Amino acid sequence: MRGQNYSLWSLLKHGFKNHQTWEPAWERVALKPSYDVVIVGGGGHGLATAYYLAKNHPQVGRIAVLEKGYLGGGNTARNTTIVRSNYLWDESAAIYEHSLKLWEGLTEDLNFNVMFSQRGVFNLGHTLQDMRDIERRVNANALQGIDAHVLNAREVKEKIPQLDCSRSRRYPVLGASWQPRAGIAHHDAVARGFARAASRLGVDLIEGCEVTGMDISGGKIRGLQTNLGMVKTERVGCVAAGHSSVLAKMAGLRMPLESHPLQAFVSESMQRVIDTVIMSNAVHGYLSQSDKGELVIGAGIDSYLGYGQRGSPHVIEHTAAAIIELFPQFSRVRMNRQWGGIVDVTPDACPIISKTAVQGLFFNCGWGTGGFKATPGSGHVFADMLAQGEPNALARSFSVDRFHTGHLIDEHGAAGVAH
Amino acid sequence: MFLLHCPHCGETRDEEEFSNAGEAYIPRPLQPEAVDDATWGDYVFMRRNTKGWFWEQWQHTAACRKVFAVKRNTATYEIAGTWTLAEGKALFLADMAKEQTK
Amino acid sequence: MSGSRVLQAGTRIDSTRTVNFSFDGRDYTGHPGDTLASALLAHGVRRMARSFKYGRPRGIIGAGAEEPNALVQLGTGALTTPNVKATQAELYEGLSARSTSGWPSLDFDLKSVLGQGSRFMPAGFYSKTFKWPQKLWPLYETVIRKFAGFGDAPAEPDPEDYDHLHHHVDVLVVGGGACGLLAALQAGRAGLKTLLLDEQNELGGWLLSDPNAQIDGRSSEAYIRSVQAALAEMPHVTVLVRTTAFGMYEQNLVQAVELLQDHIAPGQRQAHLPRHRMHKIRAHQVVLATGAIERPLVFGNNDLPGVMTVSAGQTFLHRYGVRVGQRVVICGTSDLIHDCAESLAKAGAQVTVADVRHSAVARNGSYTVMAGHCIAEATGGGEVKGVKLVPLHPTRDETTGAGSFLACDVVLSSGGLSPTVHLFCHDGSRPQWDESLAAFVAPHTGRKGVACAGSVTGAFELADALAQTTQAMQQVLAACGKTDTLPVPSCPQPRRLQPRPMFRLPDGKAEGAGAKAFVDYQNDVSAADIELAVRENYHSIEHVKRYTALGFGTDQGKLSNVNGFVITARALKRPVSEVGTTTYRPAYTPVSLGALAGTMSGELFDPNRYGAIHASHVARGAALEPVGQWQRPWYFAKPGEDLHAAVARECLAARNGVAVMDASTLGKIQIDGPDAREFLNRIYANAWTQLAVGKCRYGLMLDENGMVMDDGVTACIEQNQFYMTTTTGGAARVLNWLERWHQTEWPELKVWMTSVTDHWSTIALVGPKSRAVLAKLCADIDLSPDSFKFMDWRAGTVHGLPVRVFRISFSGELSYELNVESGYGRALWEAVMAAGAEFDITPYGTETMHVLRAEKGFIIVGQDTDGSMSPMDLDMAWAVGLKKPFSFLGKRSLSRSDTAREGRKQLVGLLPEDPASVLVEGAQIMESATVGAQNQMLGHVTSSYHSAFLGRSIAMAVVAGGLQRKEQTLYVHAHGKVTPAKVGSSVFVDLKGDRQNV
Repeated sequence: MRGQNYSLWSLLKHGFKNHQTWEPAWERVALKPSYDVVIVGGGGHGLATAYYLAKNHPQVGRIAVLEKGYLGGGNTARNTTIVRSNYLWDESAAIYEHSLKLWEGLTEDLNFNVMFSQRGVFNLGHTLQDMRDIERRVNANALQGIDAHVLNAREVKEKIPQLDCSRSRRYPVLGASWQPRAGIAHHDAVARGFARAASRLGVDLIEGCEVTGMDISGGKIRGLQTNLGMVKTERVGCVAAGHSSVLAKMAGLRMPLESHPLQAFVSESMQRVIDTVIMSNAVHGYLSQSDKGELVIGAGIDSYLGYGQRGSPHVIEHTAAAIIELFPQFSRVRMNRQWGGIVDVTPDACPIISKTAVQGLFFNCGWGTGGFKATPGSGHVFADMLAQGEPNALARSFSVDRFHTGHLIDEHGAAGVAH
Repeated sequence: MFLLHCPHCGETRDEEEFSNAGEAYIPRPLQPEAVDDATWGDYVFMRRNTKGWFWEQWQHTAACRKVFAVKRNTATYEIAGTWTLAEGKALFLADMAKEQTK
Repeated sequence: MSGSRVLQAGTRIDSTRTVNFSFDGRDYTGHPGDTLASALLAHGVRRMARSFKYGRPRGIIGAGAEEPNALVQLGTGALTTPNVKATQAELYEGLSARSTSGWPSLDFDLKSVLGQGSRFMPAGFYSKTFKWPQKLWPLYETVIRKFAGFGDAPAEPDPEDYDHLHHHVDVLVVGGGACGLLAALQAGRAGLKTLLLDEQNELGGWLLSDPNAQIDGRSSEAYIRSVQAALAEMPHVTVLVRTTAFGMYEQNLVQAVELLQDHIAPGQRQAHLPRHRMHKIRAHQVVLATGAIERPLVFGNNDLPGVMTVSAGQTFLHRYGVRVGQRVVICGTSDLIHDCAESLAKAGAQVTVADVRHSAVARNGSYTVMAGHCIAEATGGGEVKGVKLVPLHPTRDETTGAGSFLACDVVLSSGGLSPTVHLFCHDGSRPQWDESLAAFVAPHTGRKGVACAGSVTGAFELADALAQTTQAMQQVLAACGKTDTLPVPSCPQPRRLQPRPMFRLPDGKAEGAGAKAFVDYQNDVSAADIELAVRENYHSIEHVKRYTALGFGTDQGKLSNVNGFVITARALKRPVSEVGTTTYRPAYTPVSLGALAGTMSGELFDPNRYGAIHASHVARGAALEPVGQWQRPWYFAKPGEDLHAAVARECLAARNGVAVMDASTLGKIQIDGPDAREFLNRIYANAWTQLAVGKCRYGLMLDENGMVMDDGVTACIEQNQFYMTTTTGGAARVLNWLERWHQTEWPELKVWMTSVTDHWSTIALVGPKSRAVLAKLCADIDLSPDSFKFMDWRAGTVHGLPVRVFRISFSGELSYELNVESGYGRALWEAVMAAGAEFDITPYGTETMHVLRAEKGFIIVGQDTDGSMSPMDLDMAWAVGLKKPFSFLGKRSLSRSDTAREGRKQLVGLLPEDPASVLVEGAQIMESATVGAQNQMLGHVTSSYHSAFLGRSIAMAVVAGGLQRKEQTLYVHAHGKVTPAKVGSSVFVDLKGDRQNV
């Protein structure tokens, strides 16, 4: 493992030298003509895949990550940073919980502070059916070994004093599910952390490299055409989120995906006021507060397909209204900036981690609006798949052929608002 | 916030008057019982999800309730035009033919 | 004392009147027309903030939206507003504000102690530390959060209102400076419906700060007044001030926020007006006359209070009559600095100009010029006391000598103008780097539908800007079908010395070795930080931004971004045009959430739907349950009853006597046409071909995935007319579904459908005595059981009203659902209640409805189903017409390998071993009472009640292989408690279904 260690001591040491002696966070290398494994997509999931592949399966050989923009510049740079594992079905809860456990040790593992803050997540219920669904999910979580509690309105108010739990709201809060171990992390730091760690293990990280075609013959992948030249490889993992269908098309495949804009916005930075994460399906909005003091707010996707990383303004307006419905004192708070990403949603709101009809070509996609929380887990599991050529126990249920057998895993409820 | 011209009402209105109804011109197998699970599953779930010019359906839910076809670029959001489903189909088929020959 | 008031002609304040205000607990006076910033500067108040990382004292730098430091908390209580820029806060009598940084105070900030160690806190340092031991992170975080935020979010609900206003115009002009005024005038004179917006409290833009401007022989003030008057005379022209266009969206939608009352003392505000109004503007042509913002130069200690921009110096002087200092040093790259020097000297200041250009000379003897010099660093403790000036190499950004110290009390710098390209770039475009102008500009040709006018295109000289504007407006007019030729206003072209673009001024040391030179003030980002980012291999400008936090503040990088982009390019040794900019996003300046939400708040957050009979239920004390957007009666408690007591009484009445429920919220769709029957066959799982006129049938609707998506009774009204009901929550979705399938897949079918949910009220009269009650009200329907059978419907007269009576039952009892035109709903309800009084008729709500149907094993879609249950899973194969010729929606999916397999979750009944124990809805079901590694969850409890009729608890559940587990005892887990229950039929009452047939 090459490279400098990050620590308080290193900060002091380098500080005395005016920080002139810091090494690059990751090594800048030229694209080589061939690799043993190529990961297409240098976002959080792709970088995590590269790291766990190099760490857990060094025998695979030389690994590259090809990113058409800048590392972590897709949805990783744009999400609202919520981390939780309180999903409904055994299969999905398992993979998100696997991810959450990795989050809990990630800063130390990467030697990079990803600022994972386990401040809890509340999913509010506003109708009787909301509360039934919350009961169902919490009881399942308890049996899955995931921390979960059902709270009534009074208990929610005790934990979140700023939330209006009164009966006078249009959709009064009836209760919530609470996962204490859930929370937020710093999205850019996660990308940087995995990039650095992967680079230290010898992975080639190539920015500005766009895959434009796939070389397939005899039902097998042989190489990738890129704007920087041909790359020979027989093992490719596509982790390109909203652009997954674009890549699939190069292999003559179609995916059960729709790429939609997902918007979010931040408020101006303020003194600490919200200490947890609050999500509401019913009023359609969720919120947390970053360490810098900004309220980070999001909601649902735009209804149309969109690769423009932007959506329609009425979605932002409805989201602002949702936040005010929950926190009527926040209407004088100002939105500082809004943006959008491209989320690849599946019909059952569960990911696709799968082999394809092309030998050696694997896809990890369909995380839709809930990919950030899965970053380490997804990478870890996909690394196993790339190394072994087969899904491990956590990935098995997410094969794309579930859309042929009918074995969908419907997480729309737990996936919630956007997330 | 798109402006969509409803070909039935003959009016151009804000996106909020409409509901997106997904990819256009997905043919339902005429004999579903005659196709295998994979073919049926492809029809139910697989989508073009095109980055670029794309034929989609919108419904004028706040007004005439008609579904019509829109050709829109999903990357730039430019709208090439809106047509009734019948009129749009001929253009759609021509586009698909062009794509095949490419 | 640095700043002072110098009254001169042309200022926009009313010096004859005084306004009292307070800042950080101290009282001051100002004048109407002041901002909080100008008034404070007039009193020499400079220190406004403490920087967020290093705790360095900060002061006012700019004069408007670009201000990064002077964030204040304005007002108190419910009207408090965080993070208002003092440069934008219009002064009113009694205004009270406080600083938002510095702990425990602005004067003594604990962070500044830490800030001594600032060399150990470069950009991104937090990722390199605070991580061991990991369990201390929450503590570190608490400290970071304490120091990081600015103002306080209000703690009380906002008493002020917000709204939205739509505009559809020919021409929208954004920006009311010289070019915007001209554009609006030209558009208005051509007869085009025009809207002109400006963010300031009055029109004029930079003209308000420029005493030298001459347009058509008029001074700035005179020009503005004449155009304003001309615009006011045109009824098709609207002018809005205090209105900032903050975002541009598809197809020329521009959104702007108008601050109607923030400048008025709270006691004087008008309650009927909103605080903020969002204007949603569709314009055929948008004209962006958004101007440019001056950027400061980057040099050591450029963040000291008293270091400002040249344009701020000019604006404070000419607009507000405030001279920002007495001994002034101005450093800059263009003739703008000489305009400023002249003005300040005229106002009595002693001015020295450090012009980076070697050939610069003073215009007159009122001020001194040091040509070919720049500032290496500013010096001072809590505020600027002097500068170290160094000689420059004529062409390279290097010093050529040791330099000298010059005492001063204010430093103004100018690095040139940065066009305000933001709105133009909101569609994802990037501005173009013009090397000669050293600016990112919007193209002077704009793009289709969007024209760019004035300095936003790089036309920085007024004469050029007016000419370019006229040219652009010529195109705009042509696009609107107007061919008028537009005259160009005359404007002197002063001789200008070529600017020398500079950004980071050299101090003769390696970057980072000298005094900190700030690029982004609000986030404490120095030039050294940018170089560090590049050194650590963050080469994309997006990485540099994110790693250093450049441009992330509430000023959104208006003073810092371009400097940052150029310094990055220098560090990368690449052309600026290649490095580019970060993404421009709304909002141009921050917008209140209230303005975004408009009137969608409180009661108007979402429409509240009430049935026609609602008032009757409220009068009878019904508790309400929200179901979708509707408010439905939940239960009708009598005095002293809780929910359980009320529901028990209601259930017994329904089964033993007579009860009545309002079912009006269920979706109702009328389906007409010769192909209506065929259509129903295709969209429902069951068969409709044989359903005769006058008959009803339960319909099960599947999605193409084969899962149950909705259900309801559908009746045959006439041969070619059916009356479909859906669930309350599913009505809109089902109508969309039906219409889409018809129009896209089967347009040849002659069928049409109409939502009639709101047209009919539905009163369910339920129980063994329901016939007797109906008989009292209805004389013209033969109610005898052989004549009017279960699942028949009849038209007749009830209480004198035309009513359709459906003999259908969701309770399993004898039951008649009366459908009447909803205008008569309430009258009919009251008539039914009166007729039923002798039978002790009991109104009931959704809770009792739930219990009654559960006793009969009837599903509720969305409660017993979750989108993953097929009809076979629900033991409803009887409702699936597999022999129908058409492969109905969902049919093919039923035979897929996973959908047809053994062991799927199936709907069953559960009877808890303890009849008094009511299972929790949502409880999970296992084979074992203990939780072990091998245990699998089999399913969950979907519906669970105490049945008063049976005197015990009942439940419905979905259980893997449930139908094969009859008589098996399973264990129901919830909240750590385990309840054994036996699997059985989901029909608990009247298994043979006799009661509904009487």
